[in-house]
Amino acid sequence: MTVELAADRSLVNTGLAEMLKGGVIMDVVTPEQARIAEEAGAVAVMALERVPADIRAQGGVARMSDPDLIDGIIDAVSIPVMAKARIGHFVEAQVLEALGVDYIDESEVLSPADYVNHIDKTRFRVPFVCGATNLGEALRRITEGASMIRSKGEAGTGDVSEAMRHLRTILGEIRALASRTDDELFVAAKELAAPYELVRRVARDGKLPVVLFVAGGVATPADAAMMMQLGADGVFVGSGIFKSGNPAKRAKAIVEATTHFDDAEVIAAVSRGLGEAMVGINVADVPAPHRLAERGW
Amino acid sequence: MVTVGVLALQGAVREHEAVLAGLGCHTRRVRRTDDLDGLAGLVIPGGESTAIARLARGSGLLGAVRARIDAGMPALGTCAGLILLADEVADPAALAGLPTVGGLDVTVRRNAFGGQLASGEWDVDLTVPATTDGQLASGTGTGADPTDGRMRGVFIRAPRIERVGPGVEVLAVRDGEPVAVRQGPVVACTFHPELVPDATLHRLWLAGADLHDTPSNSPVAPS
Repeated sequence: MTVELAADRSLVNTGLAEMLKGGVIMDVVTPEQARIAEEAGAVAVMALERVPADIRAQGGVARMSDPDLIDGIIDAVSIPVMAKARIGHFVEAQVLEALGVDYIDESEVLSPADYVNHIDKTRFRVPFVCGATNLGEALRRITEGASMIRSKGEAGTGDVSEAMRHLRTILGEIRALASRTDDELFVAAKELAAPYELVRRVARDGKLPVVLFVAGGVATPADAAMMMQLGADGVFVGSGIFKSGNPAKRAKAIVEATTHFDDAEVIAAVSRGLGEAMVGINVADVPAPHRLAERGW
Repeated sequence: MVTVGVLALQGAVREHEAVLAGLGCHTRRVRRTDDLDGLAGLVIPGGESTAIARLARGSGLLGAVRARIDAGMPALGTCAGLILLADEVADPAALAGLPTVGGLDVTVRRNAFGGQLASGEWDVDLTVPATTDGQLASGTGTGADPTDGRMRGVFIRAPRIERVGPGVEVLAVRDGEPVAVRQGPVVACTFHPELVPDATLHRLWLAGADLHDTPSNSPVAPS
């Protein structure tokens, strides 16, 4: 029997993310929420025990979810199920792979397990999505085996400004790289702290070799549409849906706004009567040590 | 040059556009019913079939697609596209109450092999010549056609074709099971030909549907 190498799964694993493009991935903490997300048109759900807003409010160490919770959510829906492992916690990732999740998020929303190394994702058959705040960080995660990148934003705030900053940074750095001459790419690789071959590929293609979603602070249909207009491939919504007044309606509205992101009439129509948005926290009021985006390197 | 639409509610739209451009087609993204006007054919891409159906709910878009297919518009469905084109879905609960297109006389089961860990890349055996049209066979393409009657199949949380109706031709098999089928100008497959450089399946569809002759600005489906 031949052993399947992780590299052999590159196309199916990056390909699954390609199939999620133009869609919304929603954080859910119960099977009931997972069903609401699926009914609203989510392309996948992220199974976790506490949404980022609660992790932020309650404090303490945030870890991988209970396998019973993840099993319950897998059984509840027919769309892909993702789950979070702590940065660097390769055994949590092994457990999630054993549970049969469709994607693992090596996530700064949980407490990091390793302040030096990320998980060696090339050792897994299951695909990984990782957060990034800039192009170099995205390329380092891809080198480690990530099949999908999401900009980090600032999870659990409902403040879209950091998601905006990270997405603009990544896309701006790609545009700048594409304008460099071949002989300038060597030093670009040094500046980005990423492998030269990967840097050259991004410069040539003018885009990442994997799908780029946005995350961290999206709370309204207009937030989601703005990210799509800027060039995101899709949207993660965490606390924004189930911390709002009418989750089912808001979830559906964000899905519609993500598809019809360039049609202001549709966005206006779906933005009506959504009830209370999540209260939110201004990122500027979050003391630096409590900013999740600064976890990971 | 023909204009081929790509249903763009959600999913692998960009990849199909790139393959079609490589085969000399103009493309247009289809999100609303009037985007269908003047199209010579339509690709329904991979994605999440339940999400695509929900996004189409209330718009009449998928019903309009069916009306045009019934009037002769060629269609190519990959993965989720196959599910939406199928007359029967074996596990109807997930799509209950949602619009689909239908018209292809097959029964499919969504996500028939399990989660992402059951996804994989395997060769599929073509059961027809790689192309029926000399002009397209020598076209520019995005890659070489296989000479051995095989192409690479990328199967991602793939559906399974459990029944093939009498008017449906099998185009490709894997392990003896149908993985690509054709009924008139409609072609559909369980894998993702848009993710590999080999454009064989797109060529088969275009050639079989006679799309290379169709003027780009005249509707294919006059009623």
